Amino acid sequence: MLKQIEGSRAVAEAVAASRPQVICAYPITPQTHIVEALGAMVKKGELNAAFLNVESEFAAMSAVIGAAATGARAYTATASQGLLYMSEAVYNAAGLGLPIVMTVANRAIGAPINIWNDHSDAMSQRDAGWIQLYAETNQEAADLHVQAFKLAEQLSNPVMVCMDGFLLTHASERVDVPEQDQVDVFLPSYEPRQVLDPDDPVSIGAMVGPEAFTEVRFLAHERMRQALDLIPDVAADFRQWFGRDSGGLVKPYRTDDAELVVVALGSVLGTVKDAVDELRAEGIRVGALGITTFRPFPVQAVRAALDGDHRLRRVVVLERALAPGSGGIVTADLRAALTHETVNGTIIDTVVTGLGGRPVTKKSLRQLLGRAVLGDLPEFSFLDLNTGLVEAELARMRATRRSGPSAENLLRDLG
Amino acid sequence: MDKPFAITLDPGSSRANHTGAWRTERPVYVSLLPPCNNACPAGENIQQWLYHAEEGGQPAYEAAWRQIMADNPFPAIMGRVCYRPCEAACNRGQVDVAVGINSVERFLGDQAIEQGWTMPLPPGGTAPRTPRDDGAPVAAAPTGKRVLVVGAGPSGLSAAYHLTRLGHAVTIKDAGSEPGGMMRYGIPKYRLPRDILDAEINRILDMGVKLELNTRVTDLLSEPVVPLGDDPLYPPMSARPGLIAKSAIVSGPSARTTPPASSQEERFDAVFLAVGAHIGKRAYIPAGDSARIMDAVSMLHGVEDGEQPMLGRRVAVYGGGNTAMDAARTARRLGASEAVVVYRRTRDRMPAHDIEVEEALEEGITMRWLSTVKHADAGSLTIEKMRLDDTGFPQPTGEFEELAADCLVLALGQDADLAVLDGVPDVTFSGGTVDVGPDLMTGHPGIFAGGDMVPAERTVTVAIGHGKKAARAIDAWLHGTSHNAEYHNVYNTAYNTVPKHDLAAYEGLNTWYYSDAPAAVRPKLAAARRIGTFDEVTGGLDASTAVFEARRCLSCGNCFGCDNCYGSCPDNAIIKTGPAGYEIDYDYCKGCAICVTECPCGAMTMVPEEP
Amino acid sequence: MSYERIKFYQTGSFAAGNRLLPEDLRSVQSSDTRANTLTCGHRACQGCGEALGARYALDAVMRATKGKLIAVNATGCLEVFSTPFPETSWQIAWLHSLFGNAPAVASGVAAALKAMGRPHIRVVAQGGDGGTVDIGMGCLSGLFERGDDVLYICYDNQAYMNTGVQRSGATPPAARTATTPAVGSEPGNTFGQGKNVPLIAMAHEIPYVATATVADLRDLEYKATRAMDFHGARYLHILVPCPLGWGSKPGDTIKVARLATESGLFPVFEAEAGQVVSAAPIRHQVPVTDYLRLQARYAHLFHPQERTEVIARLQAAADRNIARFGLRRRQTKEDHPERPLLPLAATDHTPGER
Repeated sequence: MLKQIEGSRAVAEAVAASRPQVICAYPITPQTHIVEALGAMVKKGELNAAFLNVESEFAAMSAVIGAAATGARAYTATASQGLLYMSEAVYNAAGLGLPIVMTVANRAIGAPINIWNDHSDAMSQRDAGWIQLYAETNQEAADLHVQAFKLAEQLSNPVMVCMDGFLLTHASERVDVPEQDQVDVFLPSYEPRQVLDPDDPVSIGAMVGPEAFTEVRFLAHERMRQALDLIPDVAADFRQWFGRDSGGLVKPYRTDDAELVVVALGSVLGTVKDAVDELRAEGIRVGALGITTFRPFPVQAVRAALDGDHRLRRVVVLERALAPGSGGIVTADLRAALTHETVNGTIIDTVVTGLGGRPVTKKSLRQLLGRAVLGDLPEFSFLDLNTGLVEAELARMRATRRSGPSAENLLRDLG
Repeated sequence: MDKPFAITLDPGSSRANHTGAWRTERPVYVSLLPPCNNACPAGENIQQWLYHAEEGGQPAYEAAWRQIMADNPFPAIMGRVCYRPCEAACNRGQVDVAVGINSVERFLGDQAIEQGWTMPLPPGGTAPRTPRDDGAPVAAAPTGKRVLVVGAGPSGLSAAYHLTRLGHAVTIKDAGSEPGGMMRYGIPKYRLPRDILDAEINRILDMGVKLELNTRVTDLLSEPVVPLGDDPLYPPMSARPGLIAKSAIVSGPSARTTPPASSQEERFDAVFLAVGAHIGKRAYIPAGDSARIMDAVSMLHGVEDGEQPMLGRRVAVYGGGNTAMDAARTARRLGASEAVVVYRRTRDRMPAHDIEVEEALEEGITMRWLSTVKHADAGSLTIEKMRLDDTGFPQPTGEFEELAADCLVLALGQDADLAVLDGVPDVTFSGGTVDVGPDLMTGHPGIFAGGDMVPAERTVTVAIGHGKKAARAIDAWLHGTSHNAEYHNVYNTAYNTVPKHDLAAYEGLNTWYYSDAPAAVRPKLAAARRIGTFDEVTGGLDASTAVFEARRCLSCGNCFGCDNCYGSCPDNAIIKTGPAGYEIDYDYCKGCAICVTECPCGAMTMVPEEP
Repeated sequence: MSYERIKFYQTGSFAAGNRLLPEDLRSVQSSDTRANTLTCGHRACQGCGEALGARYALDAVMRATKGKLIAVNATGCLEVFSTPFPETSWQIAWLHSLFGNAPAVASGVAAALKAMGRPHIRVVAQGGDGGTVDIGMGCLSGLFERGDDVLYICYDNQAYMNTGVQRSGATPPAARTATTPAVGSEPGNTFGQGKNVPLIAMAHEIPYVATATVADLRDLEYKATRAMDFHGARYLHILVPCPLGWGSKPGDTIKVARLATESGLFPVFEAEAGQVVSAAPIRHQVPVTDYLRLQARYAHLFHPQERTEVIARLQAAADRNIARFGLRRRQTKEDHPERPLLPLAATDHTPGER
């Protein structure tokens, strides 16, 4: 049903329509509105689920692990520090093969503490064995949750739905919220692959030594790779029942004859597409590639979008997170996915943007892409960096070797 | 369920891992010798009959009684006169108070009499002989052997009982007019009621024992060899020579002292002598003409015969043994207003058992320690005071005093009348008793002896034990030259004692598990009531108290089914095979020894694992 | 309601069973139809107290719940020795997740069962002292505060045994561990406040808290069974000696646990809704040295010379427990009213649904 609705709320309603049986809530900005909405629904009797107010995110993930192992459909949400705090359990859930769905309302990770949006939280868990889906819009965020349950349960693998904190969670816009009867048709009830049942007891969570651990990990990898086939199927299913495109592996935008393609994840794609349209209108052959499924990394889909077109000369990867001392994260996966020829024949530049909630404006993007087209972009750079400030700080550090956190020093300089 | 590889496992799959391979030592169940069994002169399997009695109820009491009867045919008597070395040895005594074994034995003995339980006659069947230790009827084929028992006291009757169970034909000859020996003529009624005594003696006689009273055996002679035939069912018994016994009827008051007139001869294959020690020792005490001196043994015998000895008002008993106590207490009951025991040493040196002394004191008997009698006159005695020297030996002090006494009863010990062995070759004597080997056989083959006439502690229980031991030795001796291999396997053909199991020491127990349970006490007649009658002084326990008392038994060294081992194994490596049956599952036992440590009764031990 | 020991004059009161006791008065362990929740073939050390305690507690719970049980286990000795691929010794539905999250996982299991309409299936969470007292404390407190329907059992062997005997918040003073070695001027663990988790559990006023040891099987079974009479969060703290870590003989495991209670160092009691309702009286009190001498982790208190002042402090701690919990005699309602030691239940408390 079409509603003017806050993103968090839309997600809550979509999740509720998916009939979760156990919901665990621990508050962290900017996910709070999701769990609050779900809590209210449960309390009013609109949603028949157990709503557990737990004492930490670690407990939240642990509790949904227990619930999923018992055969209940389980859900939780977190962000940033919370995701890190539950990291041990995040890996555990994937290792045990439990079909948990979790919303990550992407937020920067401290120190320094920062409550605004970037992708560093989800990126830190990219190797945990969860499927990672990045929503571009609130519509997609809502839809991805419904698809996520189906995906998770078919694969017996947990799924993380990422949506940009504040930019999506707290934005009120038009969303066609999936309705109960639609979801009931699309999403069957949970049939666990393995379950804790006193009448058919098993021991779940054995200790596995060198003789078999590699094989277990291989199978986990295989499971993730199976998702590459399953995700498009689920998206196709969704289109059939809901009448719209949502999800999938990648979203190419005007890439067919592009000489420059911008690769990005999440809500920034909206701004990117606006910039692409403006540049196209000026005759510049620019396109965008949105990566919806970041894990497993959709190698074939990315190649299909970028490989084999000799007109493509440049790729600019917009990173919403940073690997300090190393550089880009998505870039590395991208390079590994592309063929030798493409990598050698195409210039790939990494631009780190929007860290800690700094807005990525159309104006900045246009400037950036303009320089990129002219070949005037370093291989690795930060968008809208206050170069004067950092150069002054670096000079001061060289001069005085002052101890203390650099953030404090910076703030002092900023006055 | 589609279990993910390695993450999820099927229940109980660890049983594929045989952790028994870790062991360096293994637990085993053992059966040790309980100290009570070890201490019992009659060799009763006390732990086992208490085990039965604990269950409560008639079938259990009967099973317990039959277990006693396997070794000792006189439980009701034991429960009244035995000095209970078992209780002195009882490990429970180191926890709180020893188990009242004697009380329970009495209860069971009395139950048997009340319920009329009997030992069956040996049937004339052809079943092979096996020794049975549990009192079950021995289906013993008659062996055709005849055994003579001389003396119908506890030793003789016990021998007769066991010999009969083993299939032999037994004849008892006793010079007295009633069977029982010292049980009747030495132990007063207030300790052992005569109906009890008669019941237990008759039960033996009813098994087919031939009893000839008023018959004295005068001589024993060897007979020439008489070989028997060759029959597979009755394998050739020994070609040992038998014995000819000459005996004669005696009767009347002088029966004990007058040699018999006529005599008859009978042939026996073996003889067990148990004539006891009925002659009171007489010390030389200077006495005036009208001094009244008698010996305790004769006095007690006379009382039993219905005589009324002339004791007077004040009676002095000279001596410190059990007989002295009995004499003093009897004197009181016969009307003496005072009875004083004169003893040359001190209480702790008295041979009399504590129980006897206690009861005597309760009845107002007084004791004169460190005193000897120097002179006896009508109405008074001259006493010399003694003192103990460094070695504990009493020495005269030269101080004298007078003690008013109408009568002096001497209880200075007893001698055996060994005349029956006069002229028997190869028999030796020492200290007034006849020498016997560990099998209770005298120097002469085929002649065995036991009870007070052999060197031993002189108690009814010891005598009963001798009777059992002699019966088995006689049985083995009679089979001595058998050529039948089956016999050799089934029973000792020469008298060998089976090596005893290790003793179940207190240190091997884990007494934590036994409930706090104070000992049951038998009711006693008040002292004032006691001295006026010959009614039994000590009462018995009722059923619930007897069961309670039996359950206080720690079952030292023998499993009694507490399930502790089964419950305390961290590896679930003990299998329960029955109500009190367990097996170690050595596939999984890691040898941690918790079961051994937590076994309350020490019926488990660790042994090194075989290499 | 407090534990009324059955009086069976022989061994029925304290031993696992007795051939003369009626079946319903024997312990669960004495029965050959006991669940054997933890069966043979596990890799626990010889004489492991935790293996024993786990079977004791869970077999009792299995009987009380008629086999409708799911167990959640923290990482630790119990989990490692029972489920090394490809073998598991568990015969029940069992889940192991992480070290510090067993209470939270169990909360999730309980919530799922409720949501799925299967509340007759009960949940037990279990872990060692490390997983309970230290790293699991946050989740444990959350479980208590929410009152989720879980029985949490802590098997306390007083150190991180599985990783090689390192000190935990439950390690008693003066004990040697790998991280509190017996060297220097103050060998062994320092004397500190200690962390008394049973009292912490009581402070949450959950329906039922109890302590027990492997030395008193009947008491432990009673408590495990009693705990299942309640719904809501319940806590059972069981002392389980570790021969390896404590340096005691494998065969002495039960004996050492017994001495811990008989000396007063480990009080055995029950509490309902935050108030002590019963304490098991000491049967034959022993000085703490009887207990300490059996364990090499305290050997430095006796060699090369006896450290009398340290021993005296330990004795004082034991005496305090005895006074505080009234361990010299059984606490009943008939006791002198002016002598309550810890707050007693004033009236008969009927446990109800939380």
